[in-house]
Amino acid sequence: MNTVQWSTLLPIVCYFAIMYLIGFYALELVNKASLLKGGSGAAFMEEYMTGGRRTGGFVLAMTLVATYLSAGSFIGGPGTAYTHGLAWVFLAMSQIPTGYYTLMVLGKKFAIVSRKTGANSISDFLRARYESNAVLIIASVSIIFFLIAAMAAQLIGASRLLQGSTGLEYKTALIFFAITVVVHTAVGGFRGVVFNDTLQGIVMTVSTSALFIAIVMQGGGIAKIVQDMKAINPGMISPYGVREGFMTVPWVSSFWVLVGFAIIGLPAVAQRAMSYKDSKSLHSGIIYGTIVSLVLLMGMHLAGAFGVTQVAGIKSGDLVIPTLITNLFNPVVAGIILAGPLAAVMSTVDSQLLVVVAAIVNDLLVNYIKPELKANFKKLRSITIVTCCIVGAIVVGLAFDPPELMVWLNLFATAGQLSTFLWPTILGLYWKDANAPGAIAGMVTGIGTYLYFHYFLARPLAMHPIVPSLALSLVAFIVVAKMTKKPSEKVIRLFWEL
Amino acid sequence: MAHGKESKVLKKNEYGFVEDPRYKECEKEAWYGIILGVVSLVIWAVAGYGLGSGPVEEYSYIMGFPAWFFISCIANSIFAIGATIYIVKNKMRDMPLDPMTKEEAEAYVQNGGETR
Repeated sequence: MNTVQWSTLLPIVCYFAIMYLIGFYALELVNKASLLKGGSGAAFMEEYMTGGRRTGGFVLAMTLVATYLSAGSFIGGPGTAYTHGLAWVFLAMSQIPTGYYTLMVLGKKFAIVSRKTGANSISDFLRARYESNAVLIIASVSIIFFLIAAMAAQLIGASRLLQGSTGLEYKTALIFFAITVVVHTAVGGFRGVVFNDTLQGIVMTVSTSALFIAIVMQGGGIAKIVQDMKAINPGMISPYGVREGFMTVPWVSSFWVLVGFAIIGLPAVAQRAMSYKDSKSLHSGIIYGTIVSLVLLMGMHLAGAFGVTQVAGIKSGDLVIPTLITNLFNPVVAGIILAGPLAAVMSTVDSQLLVVVAAIVNDLLVNYIKPELKANFKKLRSITIVTCCIVGAIVVGLAFDPPELMVWLNLFATAGQLSTFLWPTILGLYWKDANAPGAIAGMVTGIGTYLYFHYFLARPLAMHPIVPSLALSLVAFIVVAKMTKKPSEKVIRLFWEL
Repeated sequence: MAHGKESKVLKKNEYGFVEDPRYKECEKEAWYGIILGVVSLVIWAVAGYGLGSGPVEEYSYIMGFPAWFFISCIANSIFAIGATIYIVKNKMRDMPLDPMTKEEAEAYVQNGGETR
């Protein structure tokens, strides 16, 4: 496609314009709220990073689900389901716990502790709990590297989608898309991101439902589509997929850890669990989150798997969803439906960007280099916004011409975050003996063994490498923590005392 | 808070201070999440691999989907939604999230913080 499809592009442009409006509206709110709280830098940080802890239930669910569901669930996953059939939908449903698991397991205790310690991010939490520069530096460096790589990969996915469906040049699409995300995040902070995520969550739901219904109607009903898939290849309707020895039981089951139970370790997701207003918000957030995440996961992956019976021979997995959308809908409607996958990417990148900015400004700058900034609201605001733009520029630079290293980092991005944060967060919250040497041992073992397995044994014990590496990381954490000094009584009292 | 008069309602822990009484409830609720997650996994594995491992020709179908897929993914999702609604409505407790004073904590415990 060489010419630009304006009728498809126009609805997308309008949608992006709304993102800017929301960002600037949120900026106003952050300013007002920080001034009300005395106009200090610390008040600004709490407003900017956690929205002043006033997120309600529906918004909490939407921002959690929209943050978690990314290009992987809206572009890559359905594209793979197109090739492997129902088996890949089955694998993707290892994400059934997405909506309730993080919110229930971190739960109210995480919200209470983060209020007691004044933590605005996972790093704040880890700093208060472990009182260790080493823990904090490993955490911050891991956030900066892995999340920048993850964001670049998301932007590449979204730009290819825009390129494939509207005919824009890849680089034009990238810049157009990236500026929208970076600006609304930079000016709006957490509040802006959460508003946007809510809108994006709704767009994702509408888009997914429309696409799914259109595919089922076009294909002549579910029963007929399933039989058509069977006729293409019987493996398409079996849980083992179409390729012998690829979707084995231990490997597929490992996804319950990688994208199911361990997602508590993703800082952008866990941060959502500090932001809600009260226990009622949490309760309704759990219910809405479970419903919305399941509708989206099931709808998109089934759309990809069913799509094979209607548009055959799509070569690149990333092009399955845009090709299906442009084939099934008239150009204007296609533009509206395409907002769904774009929203999935935007809502993930904006939250990740905020976590990286928090790591740089809050964790490193304010705590180690210039503590006097805590008192200066205007200066801290400018620094935060500028940092946001610089990180955005770096990500665009990487996505512009992806270097070899980027591809490598992204492969490791999710697993790297899980290995760094899962155990220090959970054990720090629930186990009094968790201490800094244990946390460091756990982090180093997790990242180290994951790298080793990844390179030398593609499937250790037939599983995905994340499973044994998280298990070893847990063992290292507990053994080292048992052998070394218990955390100071001051910390225990801060976290556990009334 | 910890230095005031001894409280009859709030008991000290092994470190010699009064622990936040809300944590007991929090830990119980975390276990609900873990148990529900494991139940989802078991349904998924047993239905998916139990019914889906035979020859494709012998599959039975529910609403057009192969039975293994319908039960392990679609019915399992509906179960997860029903279970979260049940747990939230019947098993999870409303509580303040901000730091509590001793008086608030006593009132919280007396209103059934330890039970239910």
